[in-house]
Amino acid sequence: MSKLAASLQHHFADFKQQKESVVLGMWSFLVQEVMFFGGLFATYVVYRSQYPDAFHEGAMQLNSVLGGVNTIVLICSSLTMAMSVHAASKGNRGAIAFWLVLTIIFGSIFLGVKVVEYKDKFDHGFIPGISDHGLFTNHETHQPRPTGFALYFALYFAMTGLHAIHMIIGIPILAIIAINGLRGKYGPEYYTPVEMTGLYWHFVDIVWIFLFPLLYLIGAH
Amino acid sequence: MSKTATPETHPVSESHSHEEHHGPTVKMYFAIFFALAILTVVTVLAAMFDFAPMMGKEMGGFVNNLVALGIACTKAALVILFFMHVKYESKLVGLAVVASVIWLAFLILITISDYATRTSDWHLFG
Repeated sequence: MSKLAASLQHHFADFKQQKESVVLGMWSFLVQEVMFFGGLFATYVVYRSQYPDAFHEGAMQLNSVLGGVNTIVLICSSLTMAMSVHAASKGNRGAIAFWLVLTIIFGSIFLGVKVVEYKDKFDHGFIPGISDHGLFTNHETHQPRPTGFALYFALYFAMTGLHAIHMIIGIPILAIIAINGLRGKYGPEYYTPVEMTGLYWHFVDIVWIFLFPLLYLIGAH
Repeated sequence: MSKTATPETHPVSESHSHEEHHGPTVKMYFAIFFALAILTVVTVLAAMFDFAPMMGKEMGGFVNNLVALGIACTKAALVILFFMHVKYESKLVGLAVVASVIWLAFLILITISDYATRTSDWHLFG
C-alpha cells in the first residue's frame, strides 16, 4: 500500500469521487481533441466536395496496403493497451509493463511505416512547400494535376501529421507508465494513470479509424 | 501524513469492491479486437466495390462513402464502449462523449449547408 502512488486529495470526499472526477476530466480533454481534429475533418469535407476528382487522384498516390497494415497494427496496439489496463486492475505489475512494451512496439511499427510512406511522398514531390514539384505536374504523363490535388496532400500531411504527433507524444508516456508499473506504483486499488493513458491511446486509434478510409480508400473503386 | 491515514483505508477498500464487477473480460477484449480487424477488411473490400454501374456515378460514390463512414463509426463505437470503458462508466461520461459527437455533427453539417447552398459545382462526395 505504501508504494502505491494513490493518495486522496483533500478536496474530494472519497476515492470514488476522485476517480470519477479524473475520468470526466480526461474525457473533457478528449472532447477538446475531437474539436481539434474536427476542424481538419470539416476542411476535408468542404474541399473534397469541391474537388472530388483531385481527391480521388490524390488518394490513388497513397499505398492502401501500407495504410491497411498500419490500421491493423494500431488496432493491435489498442488491444495490448486494454490488456495493460486489465493487468493493472488485477495488480499484475509484470503484465502491466509487458503489455505496455508491446503497445510501444506496435506504435513504433506504425510510425516506422509512416516514415516509409512520407519518404515516398517526398521522392514524388508531393510535400507542399518542401518538395512540391509533383503536386502541379504529373511527371509520368507530363499532364498538369487537377485543381485541388495540392490541397489533398496539404490535408493528408496536416491530418496524418497531427495524428503522428499524438503518437510521438503518447509513446514516452507509455514508457513512463510501464516503468512506474514495474516499480509497483499501481495496484487494483489505484491504477488511474494506466487507465487515463489508455483513453488517450484509444482516442488516437479512433482518429486513424476515420483517417484510413477518408484518405486511402476513396480512390479504390 | 497522519491525518489522512483513516480516510485513506476505508474508501480504498470500497472502491476495490466497486471495481470487481466493473469492466470487460479478457475474452471480450479479444472479441472486440477481432471485430475491429474484420471490419477493417470489410471496409477495404467495400471501398474496392464500385456502386456506380448500379446507381450512377454520383449516387454510387455517395453510397461508397456512406458504407465507409458507417463502418468507421461502428469501429469507433466499439473502441469507445469497450476499450475505453464508457459502457461501464457513469452517465456523465457518456454525456461528454455524446456531446462531442453532436458538436462535430453541428460543425460539419452547418458548414456543408453553407457551402452547398452558395457553391455551384458542389458534389456530395461524387
